[in-house]
Amino acid sequence: MVEYVIIGGSAGGVGAVEAIREVDPAGAITVISEEPFPQYSRPMIADFLSGETPFEKMTYRDGKFWERNGVHALLGRKAVGLDLTKRQVRLDDGDEVAFEKLLIATGGRPFIPGIEGTEKKGVFTFTTLSDAEALAEMTNGVEKAIVIGGGLIGVGATEALVKREVEVTMVELKDKVLSLILDAAASDIVEKVIKKAGVTVVTGQTVKRIVGRRDDDASVGGAVLTNGEEAPCDVVIVAIGVIPRTELVAGTEIKVNRGILVDRFMRTNVPDVYACGDVAEAYDFIWGENRPLPLWPVAHLGGRVAGYNMVGVKKEYPGGTAMSALKYLDLPIISVGLTNPDGGTYETMIKYAPEKDVYKKIVLKDDLIVGMILVNEIEKAGIVFHLMKNRINVEGFGHELLSDDFGLITLPENLRRMLLGD
Amino acid sequence: MKKIFSNGEFCMGCGLCEVYCIAQHSKSKDILKAYKREYPRPISRIRLEEKRPLSLAVQCRHCEEPPCVDACLSGAMHKDEETGIVVHDDGKCMGCWTCIMVCPFGAIRMDPLNRKVVAKCDLCPGLEVPVCVANCPNEALVYREVET
Repeated sequence: MVEYVIIGGSAGGVGAVEAIREVDPAGAITVISEEPFPQYSRPMIADFLSGETPFEKMTYRDGKFWERNGVHALLGRKAVGLDLTKRQVRLDDGDEVAFEKLLIATGGRPFIPGIEGTEKKGVFTFTTLSDAEALAEMTNGVEKAIVIGGGLIGVGATEALVKREVEVTMVELKDKVLSLILDAAASDIVEKVIKKAGVTVVTGQTVKRIVGRRDDDASVGGAVLTNGEEAPCDVVIVAIGVIPRTELVAGTEIKVNRGILVDRFMRTNVPDVYACGDVAEAYDFIWGENRPLPLWPVAHLGGRVAGYNMVGVKKEYPGGTAMSALKYLDLPIISVGLTNPDGGTYETMIKYAPEKDVYKKIVLKDDLIVGMILVNEIEKAGIVFHLMKNRINVEGFGHELLSDDFGLITLPENLRRMLLGD
Repeated sequence: MKKIFSNGEFCMGCGLCEVYCIAQHSKSKDILKAYKREYPRPISRIRLEEKRPLSLAVQCRHCEEPPCVDACLSGAMHKDEETGIVVHDDGKCMGCWTCIMVCPFGAIRMDPLNRKVVAKCDLCPGLEVPVCVANCPNEALVYREVET
């Protein structure tokens, strides 16, 4: 009986358990998760904070997922060391867990830049349920918040706080919000909607220093921006991004670049040790190389592929890419791949209807789709995504990708028949 | 399991599949009432595509390895192990649109009744034959057994 050990009980860990159990109903699976809760969907913490979604609705699978899959779940326990020779994981209480196949799915941790005052009461990050719970408790009756970062986490936190009737100032270092995934035109639409919700958006600035309250220096009272202006606030949310949580493998022979490097089978350079999710640096099918992609669906897929390979079913990871679907403030947006190319070898198609806030953009390189942004009209996104992911040459029909009646019918007959399986 | 297949060669583009789909997923399940009295009108989970002379009706293919299930952030989208049907649980859906991003058929839609969730073909639970197939006048839509 094989002993599988999975460190991390989020999207990657769940995906791996599902794949392992499809093939091996008997193997012993141990999941080590720092979080004391049943598995849940981290992308839903914003809806939890806003008050729209109770925890019961956030279970990613059913509440008995670990039990149902015969998983020995060590919840609220932390892996603190790896012995790759003895093949053991050491836990925070000194216990050791032996493995034959190991998956490292420790995720990411929020990046906190060197801002003075982040130790004060009222400074939060926003990636876990515990963060959301703490924020929910703290923001009852609180008036003003500053969110540092206008990326996915920052915009999500901002929307939730607005729904809690907190006055939010969003501070983004770049000139535009969501600049990693949108171009200027799409970002402007988002910014307009955010501002309409009552949020103050400050771009080209960041927080230099968090200052204490006049009557209590240990609690947040305000923040000083890089331009020297001071804005009063009761809470600060640091939402600059996440970085791979690789500390567990530091000092071992497991190769790390920014994240743990894995091949197309989610294997690290050490036999029987796999990695996936935010901690890993896996293949990106648009970039054509490995890079960190801290995204839930990518983590789940990576976990599944790792699980199959751990159990001995050879399965190749098709790769992920930057891919985000957004619902913030009821503005549906889909962004995939390279949306803001620089250099002249890319061809860009744009369709913009400002009166309806409809914006669509496709980026092509050598007749292959490498990027897409869709704002407000998103329902055909998946067809384009399929063409992107499978690197299908769109010569001859590429010009129709943004037409209103674009659909499967636009595709060449052989392609359509293959897709529809008839 | 049984799946719906769409034969573009026989499709006349009449749109009855959409009409019956809307009625079936309305409160009244009656065409006239659904069209005249229910606002906002329920959405068709089948999409008629037209590019004359071609036309084709598309809905969820209930994939063997559904990308929407893999990508779903909330766990609302799942594959029923017994029936093979890709099922969407409204109550769990967070309306993040990630499934829409990855469906190769563009077969998942935003539900206008409630823009917070998606809607897709459910193969008309309780009916022997889905209404789009039953009411397709030229048998362009066929419901047949496939090996899984």
